[in-house]
Amino acid sequence: MEVNMERIIELVEDLDPGKVYDELSHPGSGAICVFFGAVREATKKRKVSHLFFEAYENMALKEMNRIADEIEQKWDLNKVIIKHAVGNKKVQEPVVIVGASSAHRDSSFEACRYLIDTLKEKVPIWKKEFFDDDEVWVSAHP
Amino acid sequence: MKILFFGITRDIVGETMVDARDLKEIGTVGELRDLLNAKYPRLKDLSSLNFAINEELAEDFEAISVNDEIALIPPVSGG
Repeated sequence: MEVNMERIIELVEDLDPGKVYDELSHPGSGAICVFFGAVREATKKRKVSHLFFEAYENMALKEMNRIADEIEQKWDLNKVIIKHAVGNKKVQEPVVIVGASSAHRDSSFEACRYLIDTLKEKVPIWKKEFFDDDEVWVSAHP
Repeated sequence: MKILFFGITRDIVGETMVDARDLKEIGTVGELRDLLNAKYPRLKDLSSLNFAINEELAEDFEAISVNDEIALIPPVSGG
């Protein structure tokens, strides 16, 4: 297994999607796979005005590093990025960027899927949806 | 002990953080859960409610010490 996987793990107010190619680029990587999560304009046909994200920052960074530890064991990767936004985010703004670079594409495709699925399941970050007349913490209630 | 409230638990409790050094009778996560549920019944309506001790998820049987940082972890929804 690759022992020198580099990782970029951050919680930030503003994500810069334009930087991600340079962040994941590596002389040993012939493949870079990236997933962006963005703010959608509607939930169940209700118009969303914006989203608010908050994190238990120290624990979130710890969990994000744990995910990186896991994928380092599972796939041969040169670089991994896990970045999530906090604060208010408008429609079409990016809220999460995960990605991986590897010698060949299979590893980075598979790792990228694992990164976003595991982040959504485990990292202590919460999203509140704001509508014109209401606000709802996502997934809080059955 | 310090208790941190995130997401909907902050809205329900109305606090971001409580310094609860007085809660000497609280020995375990389960006891803290029962106390908070009694004081803030809306916590019981959540899909799930986990607790973290010093940034690690903890089961109800686990012991809490006076210097621990406890956090309420309602269902996560990042991404």
